[in-house]
Amino acid sequence: MAASSRRRKGKVRWSKLYTFACLRPSTSEPSSAQELIGQPGFSRVVFCNEPHLHKRKPFKYPHNYISTTKYNVLTFLPRALFEQFRRVANFYFLLAAVLSLLSLAPFSRASLIAPLVFVVGISMLKEAVEDWHRFLQDLDVNNRTVKAHASSGVFVDKLWKELRVGDVVKVNKDEYFPSDLLLISSSYEDGVCYVETMNLDGETNLKIKRCLEATLSLNEDEEFRNFKAIVRCEDPNPNLYTFVGNLEFENRSYPLCPSQVLLRDSKLRNTDYIYGVVIFSGHDTKAVRNSTRSPSKRSRMERIMDRIIYLLFSILLLLSLVSSIGSLLFLRHHMVDWWYLQLPDDNKVHDLDASNQKKDNDKFFNPSKPVKSASLQFIRALILYGYLIPISLYVSIEVVKVLQAMLINKDIEMYDEATRKSVQARTSNLNEELGQVEMILSDKTGTLTCNQMEFRKCSIAGISYGGDVTEVDLAASKRMNVDFEASQLSIDESDRISQSYEEFEFSVSDFSAKKAVLGCREVLDNTNKGNSRLSEEESVIKGFNFRDDRLLNKNWIHGSNSSEITMFFRVMALCHTGIPIEDDKIIKLRYEAESPEEVAFLVASQEFGFQFFRRTQSVMVLKEFDPSSRMEVEREYKLLNLLEFSSSRKRMSVIVSNEDGQIFLLCKGADSIIFDRLADNGRTYEQATTSHLSNYAEDGLRTLAFAYRTVEAAEYECWNTIFTQAKTTIGPEREELLEKASEMIEKDLILLGVVAVEDKLQKGVPECIDKLAQAGLKVWLLTGDKRETAINIGFACSLLRQDMKQFHLSLSREAESNNQVKAMKIDILHQIESSYKVMCQERNKEAPFALIVDGKALEVALRGDVKDQFLQLAVNCASVICCRVSPKQKALITRLVKEYTGRTTLAIGDGANDVGMIQEADIGVGISGMEGMQAVMASDFSLPQFRFLERLLIVHGHWCYQRIAKMVLYFVYKNVAFGLTLFYYELYTSFSGEVLYNDWYMTMFNVMLTSLPVIALGVLEQDVSSDVCLQFPALYQQGPRNVHFSWSRIIGWILNGVVTSLVIFLANIYILSPSAFRQNGYVADINSLGAITYTCIIWTVNCQIALITSHFTWIQHLSIWGSILLWYIFLILYGALPPYVSGNAFQVFIEDIGPAPLYWIVTLLVVIVSLLPYFAHIVIQRSFYPMDDHIIQEMKYCFKKDIVRNNQMWLREQRNSQRSTHIGFSARVDAKVLSFKEQLHQKNYQFTDDL
Amino acid sequence: MTDTDQERDRNKETAFYKFTQQTLPACKPVLTPAWVITIFLFTGCIFIPVGLVTLRASRSVVEIVDRYDAECVPEPFRIDKVSYVQDDSIPKNCSRFLKVHKYMKAPIYIYYQLDNYYQNHRRYVKSRSDQQLLHGRKYHGTSSCQPVEFNNDHAIVPCGLVAWSLFNDTFKFIRERAELKVNRKNIAWKSDRDHKFGKKVYPYNFQNGTLIGGGKLNPRIPLSDQEDLIVWMRISALPSFRKLYGRIEEDLDVDDVVVVHLMNNYNTYSFSGKKKLVLSTSSWLGGKNDFLGLAYVFVGSSSLILALVFMLLHLRYRRPYRDTIYLPWNRKSLSV
Repeated sequence: MAASSRRRKGKVRWSKLYTFACLRPSTSEPSSAQELIGQPGFSRVVFCNEPHLHKRKPFKYPHNYISTTKYNVLTFLPRALFEQFRRVANFYFLLAAVLSLLSLAPFSRASLIAPLVFVVGISMLKEAVEDWHRFLQDLDVNNRTVKAHASSGVFVDKLWKELRVGDVVKVNKDEYFPSDLLLISSSYEDGVCYVETMNLDGETNLKIKRCLEATLSLNEDEEFRNFKAIVRCEDPNPNLYTFVGNLEFENRSYPLCPSQVLLRDSKLRNTDYIYGVVIFSGHDTKAVRNSTRSPSKRSRMERIMDRIIYLLFSILLLLSLVSSIGSLLFLRHHMVDWWYLQLPDDNKVHDLDASNQKKDNDKFFNPSKPVKSASLQFIRALILYGYLIPISLYVSIEVVKVLQAMLINKDIEMYDEATRKSVQARTSNLNEELGQVEMILSDKTGTLTCNQMEFRKCSIAGISYGGDVTEVDLAASKRMNVDFEASQLSIDESDRISQSYEEFEFSVSDFSAKKAVLGCREVLDNTNKGNSRLSEEESVIKGFNFRDDRLLNKNWIHGSNSSEITMFFRVMALCHTGIPIEDDKIIKLRYEAESPEEVAFLVASQEFGFQFFRRTQSVMVLKEFDPSSRMEVEREYKLLNLLEFSSSRKRMSVIVSNEDGQIFLLCKGADSIIFDRLADNGRTYEQATTSHLSNYAEDGLRTLAFAYRTVEAAEYECWNTIFTQAKTTIGPEREELLEKASEMIEKDLILLGVVAVEDKLQKGVPECIDKLAQAGLKVWLLTGDKRETAINIGFACSLLRQDMKQFHLSLSREAESNNQVKAMKIDILHQIESSYKVMCQERNKEAPFALIVDGKALEVALRGDVKDQFLQLAVNCASVICCRVSPKQKALITRLVKEYTGRTTLAIGDGANDVGMIQEADIGVGISGMEGMQAVMASDFSLPQFRFLERLLIVHGHWCYQRIAKMVLYFVYKNVAFGLTLFYYELYTSFSGEVLYNDWYMTMFNVMLTSLPVIALGVLEQDVSSDVCLQFPALYQQGPRNVHFSWSRIIGWILNGVVTSLVIFLANIYILSPSAFRQNGYVADINSLGAITYTCIIWTVNCQIALITSHFTWIQHLSIWGSILLWYIFLILYGALPPYVSGNAFQVFIEDIGPAPLYWIVTLLVVIVSLLPYFAHIVIQRSFYPMDDHIIQEMKYCFKKDIVRNNQMWLREQRNSQRSTHIGFSARVDAKVLSFKEQLHQKNYQFTDDL
Repeated sequence: MTDTDQERDRNKETAFYKFTQQTLPACKPVLTPAWVITIFLFTGCIFIPVGLVTLRASRSVVEIVDRYDAECVPEPFRIDKVSYVQDDSIPKNCSRFLKVHKYMKAPIYIYYQLDNYYQNHRRYVKSRSDQQLLHGRKYHGTSSCQPVEFNNDHAIVPCGLVAWSLFNDTFKFIRERAELKVNRKNIAWKSDRDHKFGKKVYPYNFQNGTLIGGGKLNPRIPLSDQEDLIVWMRISALPSFRKLYGRIEEDLDVDDVVVVHLMNNYNTYSFSGKKKLVLSTSSWLGGKNDFLGLAYVFVGSSSLILALVFMLLHLRYRRPYRDTIYLPWNRKSLSV
């Protein structure tokens, strides 16, 4: 089958279909660029079909192997270590460990080195695992296969990575090009092929590439047996749109241009196969050169965390300074008198005959060198108080983030059944940033839309088909009913509540309105039965989502205006450049065309009974349903001329003659263009059509108007000569002449109607955007597409709505044609200023603003002095749409917005053109549904569908933000609480550096005894469950407003730590000394006091985390209470070791403190007292200054008994929280509800008036 | 339903699935006024009795503290106490009269208390060798004992500053001309005697140098039986500390006068440290310390007060719980 269709297609010389293109200049004059070849920068030589020549220098070029990994086996250790010790805290601990080797440290070596090794080891392990995943991904790409020429005309499968420069490869339809290729020939006779470059530049239309005529004949495997040629060309560079080179083939030299080069990461479409020669491989390819290594991103909270660490460091320095000065004073004034210390005295050692006495080398306490001693004490204190710096903070956070990322990845709600893909958190260090996003910059094609057109509605001869009712109307009427029911119930409730709902008053007081509303819904429901987007059914036919019995099943023949309808369908079936593909199994054909729109038209016309089924060079054949005979007849139309579509013309026409010799001009195009060209008698339906058009446009449908005219034979002949003349003109005026010629014939048209196609949105996109808007996020649309399309999608996604005030920024024609920078700047500046003025004037009104910027205008607007004004305007708009923007501009906008507003931005896109933006934004999200991987590879998170963004941000982002915030604050708290007790003790030891606790207690503190609960908190804490998060997207605002991690909170927690440490230390000191602490008269020595104080610390910090936690699963219970238990177990086991291991902890629990009742009583007291300040704080906050999550928690979990009332309140609050949004579906529905009500009110008013 | 679907449904029941979906059953305590008041009341109800009991225990302890360092220096030497205490030729005996003001039940613990004595100084703490204490002269790695490691090229057992500075005041107690029986056994922790101080390790070359610190040891008694040394070598945590000296195993009646004959050998005059003699009974809680009981009572009563205050506040400025007026969106509309 494939072969036959190929042959059929082969007959059509595609290039000839395009009237403007068919006469391509036969000889391209050697441009100046050609002369560069051989110069520096243009030195590459490729021996085609002789890859073995590229194995040796000087023609040795890199393999086609691509690596995106950060490390390799050799560099891993040094580089990863370097990365680790770039962190201040880690470096500090490294220094401490080194000093411990020099016996400067107050602790044993092992107890300093062990946690460091543990912490750094885990972080490095994580790095290694992440890099391994990258390696596997590379492996997957590198091991794809392609057919490559082996020898004597035989093509064999070859792995991508084994390809060399000079290899001849054969790429089949829908395959990616393995490297940059020179096109030799294709399955089409004239050597063209179609390439989809979405991954490179994001443009969705196919691009034509064309081989040299010299190599046209090489289109069979056999031909390559003896093929030899030499390519001389430019060196590898990242420029996608230029190529300079020439081909020496059969002793002649041909210049090459970009249209002969097929770039890696683009895809072969609509062409069965091509042959090509590898000219750039691996890292030399333009796609790879274009990609920049993704910058390592750090989240906002991590940066604050660094500042906290610095704060703690300064506290540490201060305390160390105090210690060292204290030690100096003691040494000077007191210690010399302490004979029991036998301080070294340089003079004395001399005097005494102490030859047997080794020289005392205790540098820390040398009264003759007090300053040196004090500075050594300073260093020792730095290490001693190191517990203020949470060493395990980084590693715990890393562990937590990996686990969070795992939970995000596993979330079944974000699993796409269709593609069998789930969300991937590719870098785990941005999880909490997801909770702080304020601005979303989104790509359009492939992200919001599926790049698939669906025929949705049409208006023929002034009658609209395909349903009038929009979803918005439906939702609005539903809402009103719900409101009504709710209001009836709310009458029972207290007055205060119902007062705040003026909305209800209207519906309550107005029963006739109620009836009207209900009636309205019924009507809507009835008419809407066929309207399918809500009903979730997949339309059976791809590209056709139209239900209207008046047109389907050939019912249209009964209509009054069947002749217009016939003509309409004919335009649809004939005015295009598509070709049918036969499918043997079914009668219905599939089509291929340049744009998906045309495919949608062809499919639709087939459904309506006008099947376009064959095309030859000059003839198009339709199977038409003839209304008079009610038979299917085959009709041939002779294609006389084709006036191509172009973005400036915005229309396309074909001139055909039917079997009777009648000549028609069939035209389709943008409505404004067509309406300008209508004949006076062709405007019959103009008014009705216009109103339909605006309806369609508001729904975000893309519209095209259809028109036709009959052309007299004489007129045609006359025109054709002019046209042919224009066509054959060579030179710059050719375009102009052609334009003029087509103007001559495309006039006096008769309007038939309009069609509306839907640029099909991905599933759930409007709902998702709606939720995001409710969560207070701004969505900006950045697209490479043209303005009309962008606006359509803006409407479809509810980013725009009709009552919005739109500002358009675009270059005026004069400014553009002058191309003077200054003029353009003034033009744009003027536009911005005037828009801003309007905005200031109308700010108080409810209507939100929208800004639509054109790519060229943007280029000007983003320059130096204009950009601030532009951004000021943009930020104040509810939605911003940028169209025709280049990938570079996308990245630029992202960066400027990020820098200007200082807000967290999230960029989401699917193609390689979004890579810059994805890398630039604080969070980059790639859509992994499509095949292209560039965006995903550059992204921090990859989603199979846009709609999962909702859950990713509102649920996981919110959770992760809260978790990390709580976790970091708790970490700071616990280390301050513990570290300060060390300092207080110094006050009692004359700052000599003695430690109250056993070394191993302290080592265990961060590693074992307090780490698990905080990890459990970081992974599992939920303030509210996921469904509540989704029901109250407004909760998300906690993140952007940073309520949980503000400096006041941070300072508060540090103070809490200070209080705790004071309570713990002082209580223990005063209670346990100096009198006996046991019945047998024993007093507490340093061992017992240390163990008791330490117990209090462990209890306090673990109970504190229990107070923070609001979500207790068994894991939290186990980790918190288990940690406390673990301390006792540790104490018992460690104490049971022989004394030379356990030192002063020997049997301390069993013999010493365990049996003392005082020990337990003290623990209870200290724990309660040190938690009291925090407890009081949360009690006061909850009772008198509650936060939103507190209330929702109360609503959700407290009053389970009266569920009914609760539900009412629940729904009401849910609705209330949604109110203040400007964009999104609900906002549109709100607006609609309002207008409905007004109408009803008026009706009612009239009604009462009439009475 | 396919197999995989069924499998998935079955998976949904497993704990791991619930973990990954973050839907593990959880309790979500919410701090309602009822809870707050209950917690405060509960704390108060627990703490006040505990405080009263501990206060009672502390009050039942009878304690006699007598500072003797100043007065035990004869008048003529008071100008230069240091040279007095360092001069071996002057007799150091001194008598103190302690009046018992309350009935003291045996055992009565005898402590000496030193103030401003930094036993917890790092240099001091480190200057010992636990291995030598256990193994004696067989153990050679005693560098930590510096500067009291060797004397005349012979190892010192026990080495180090701590042992060297052993407290050596002695006390004799006489009541009505009869000497009170003082038990000086079992004043050290059992684990120290059994595991940290060698049973066959005898003091050697101890206090033979030019600098003599504190007390001397009987070289014929093994370290494990030198309980004074063992007690001394348990480092005290704070610069003011008590150490157990022995136990009087007879009851003392009210108004008994105990005469203490002491040898004021130990030099605290160089650094003006105080020396005190403490006689104390003990309760189940240990010695006399009102702080704990008072703290308990204070915390208990303040949490009762807090409960009350909170209750009043709650009644007065009652925020109806789950009152949605506080939700930000409603708050906004209120302010408008």
